[in-house]
Amino acid sequence: MSSHAQVHVAMGGRLMTRPFIVLLAIAGVGAVMAAVRFFYGIGAVSNLSNGYPWGVWIAIDVVVGTAIGCGGYAVGILVYILNRGQYHPLVRPAVLTSLLGYGLAVIAVIIDLGRFWSLWKVPVYVWRWSHSPQLEVALCVAAYTLVLMIELSPALFEKLRTGTSTRLRRLAQTGLTLVEKNFVWILALGLLLPTMHQSSLGTMMLLPGPRMHPLWLTPWLPLLFVVNCILIGYAVVVLEATFSAAAFGRPRETTMLASLSRIAGWVAVGWAVFRIGEAALAGKLGYLNSGYGIAFMAEVLLPLAAAAILLSERRHQTVWQVRGAILLFLGAALHRVDAYLVAFRPGSAFSYFPAVPELLITFGIIAAEVAIYIAVVKTFPILEGPAPAKKTL
Amino acid sequence: MAIDRRALIKSLAVGGTAVAAGVAPAMAAERKAAPPGAMGMLYDATLCIGCKTCVVACKQANDMPVESAANGGLWDAPTDLDSKTKNIIKLYRDGEQESFVKQQCMHCVDPGCAAACMLHSLHKDEVTGVVMYDPTYCVGCRYCMMACPFNVPKFEFEKAAPKIVKCELCRQRIKDAAVTGAGGFTRYPMGQGPACCEVCPREAVIYGRRDELLAEAKRRIAAWPGKYYKDRVYGEVDGGGTQVLYLAHVPFDKIGFPDLGTQPVPETAYAVQEGIYYKVPFLAPVGLFAVLGAVIYRNRRADSVGAAEKEDKR
Repeated sequence: MSSHAQVHVAMGGRLMTRPFIVLLAIAGVGAVMAAVRFFYGIGAVSNLSNGYPWGVWIAIDVVVGTAIGCGGYAVGILVYILNRGQYHPLVRPAVLTSLLGYGLAVIAVIIDLGRFWSLWKVPVYVWRWSHSPQLEVALCVAAYTLVLMIELSPALFEKLRTGTSTRLRRLAQTGLTLVEKNFVWILALGLLLPTMHQSSLGTMMLLPGPRMHPLWLTPWLPLLFVVNCILIGYAVVVLEATFSAAAFGRPRETTMLASLSRIAGWVAVGWAVFRIGEAALAGKLGYLNSGYGIAFMAEVLLPLAAAAILLSERRHQTVWQVRGAILLFLGAALHRVDAYLVAFRPGSAFSYFPAVPELLITFGIIAAEVAIYIAVVKTFPILEGPAPAKKTL
Repeated sequence: MAIDRRALIKSLAVGGTAVAAGVAPAMAAERKAAPPGAMGMLYDATLCIGCKTCVVACKQANDMPVESAANGGLWDAPTDLDSKTKNIIKLYRDGEQESFVKQQCMHCVDPGCAAACMLHSLHKDEVTGVVMYDPTYCVGCRYCMMACPFNVPKFEFEKAAPKIVKCELCRQRIKDAAVTGAGGFTRYPMGQGPACCEVCPREAVIYGRRDELLAEAKRRIAAWPGKYYKDRVYGEVDGGGTQVLYLAHVPFDKIGFPDLGTQPVPETAYAVQEGIYYKVPFLAPVGLFAVLGAVIYRNRRADSVGAAEKEDKR
C-alpha cells in the first residue's frame, strides 16, 4: 500500500483555464436557479407535479449520480476482494469521482426535498425509524459519503505533510497512520454500504408497483441495481482515466483499461442475459411490442454492443475503450432513468418533461462535479506517476 | 488468490442463501387486518347526484384555500385533488353510461404511503386506522406520492415551506362519542364525523365503523341484485383492503380505481427489505461486512508477505 501511496502526485498547473471557467459558469447558473427554488418553492423552477412528484433531480442527479459514484466500489471489489493489485492506480481517482458523485447527489437531494431543514431528524430520531427502503438508502448514502471522505483523506494528509507548519505536519502524519491502521474495516464498509443502498434503490421502486410498467417491476430489481451500478462504475473509471490522461498529458493506462474492459464486458453480458431471461420467465416479452419495449431493448442492447467491443481485440485501442464505455454507461444509466421516471405511470391526466430551470440545476450539478474533479487532481495527490505539470486543460 | 476467490464465492453463496431464506418467509408473512376500531366511509355512486356539497364542506372543515385557477380567480372550483383540495367529485361518462365518483384518501388497511415514509410522518392510527400526517417529521421527499396507487397525497409545490396534503378523515373533528342507533348501526353526533358525510343530502357517502359499513354495503348488494357492478364492494380486499368502501354501477377501473388484486401495496417491497435487514436483524449486512473484512485482510497480508519475499530476494 504505502509503496503505491508515494507515487500519487498533484497534477499542478493553472486552475483558471477556459474550460474550467465555463464549468464554473454553468454551475453558477444552476446555483442561481437553486436559490429561486429555495425562495419560491419547487413548483417555481420545475415541472414536477402531483402526478410526477419525482423528476430529473431524483432520476438523474441522485439515482444515476450515485451510480457514477460507484467507480470506487467497482474497482475496490477488483483490487481488494478479487486481489487484482494491478488496478491499484485506478483506485484513488475513482474514489474521488465517487465522493463527488455522492456529495453532489446529497446536494441534489437537498434541492429536491421540500422540507430539507428536517433532514437531520432522519439519522437522529432512531425510535421513529420505519422499514422504508428509502430510509436505508438515506442512512447508507450519508454513511458512505463519510466513508469516502475517510478513504480519500490520505490525499489531504499527504499534501499537508509537505507543508511548512510542524503542527499540521504532525497532524497529517497521525491522520495517515490512523487511516492505515483502520484500513481493513474502513474499506470493508466502503464495499458493504454501496451493496446495501444500491440494492435498496432497486427495492424502492417496488413500492410504486401498481403504477410501474411490468417490464421494470420485478422482485429482482435490487440485484439489477447492484449489477447496474458496477457497470456504470467500470464505464466511469475507463472514461475518467482516459480523460485524465488526455487532459494532463499523462501516459495512458491502455493495457490496464483493456483488461478492465474485458471484465466489464462479461458483466454486461451477464446483465443482458439476466434482464432478458427474467422478462421471458415472467412472461413479460409481450410488452416488448411498445414504446416501453424500445426502452427495455435499449437497456439490453446498448450494454451488449458495449460488450461486443470490450470483449473483442479492439479493447486494446483507447478510442474503442471509450466508445465501449460510453455505450455501457448510456445503457446502464437508461435503466435507472427508466425505472425511476419512464416506467412510472400516474395516468393519462399527467405528463412530465423537465422545465428549463430544472434542467439548469441538473446541468449545474454535473458541471460542478467535473470542475471540482479538475481542481482537486491539480491540487492534491490523486493520480499516480510523475506529473508533467506543464500542460493545462 | 485461487483459495481466496473460492472462499469468497463460498461465503457469498452462504450469504445469498441466508438472504433468500429470509425473503421467502417474509413474502408469506401474514397480512395486516384493519384495526378493531377501524373507521371509514361508504360511498355509493348510484346515490350521488354530483352536487359537490361535500367538496365545499371539506374545504370549510379543513380550512383549505380556494382553487380558482380554472375560472380566472372568480370562485372555488377545483378539478382534481391537489394541495388545496382533499376531496373531489368527478363525473365519468361513456355514451349512455355515466357515474359520479368521490375521491379522497382511501385509508388503506396496509397503506403504501406510510410504508414509504421514513419517520412515520404518515402513519396509521392504531385504533381508528386513519392514515394521519404529522409534518414535524416530514422531509418533503414525496415518496408517499410515488407509493400511493390511488394518487392521493398531494404536495404544496407552490410553497417554499411545503407540506403533504391529504384527507385525514376529519380527525380533528372526531370525538369518541357514538350513539348506537336502530339496527345496531352506530351513528355519530353532528360535528363529530367527516364533514363530507354530514352534508351529503342523499347519504351517498356515510361515515361509520368499517365492519358496519361493509355489512351495510353487502346488505344493499343483496337487496338489489344486479344493480351494482359485479356485486362487489371495492376496498373490501383490494390492495389489502381499504377503510373507505365503494359501491358503483360502472366498472371500478373506469372511475379511477385500479385493479390491485388482494395484495397489499407494500407487500413485495417490504418482503425484500425485511427479508434482508430485519427478519434476522442485520444478519445479511453484518455477515457481508465480516466476509469483506476477512477477504481484504487476507489479501492484504498475502500482499505484504509477497512484498517482503521480493525484498529478501533482492
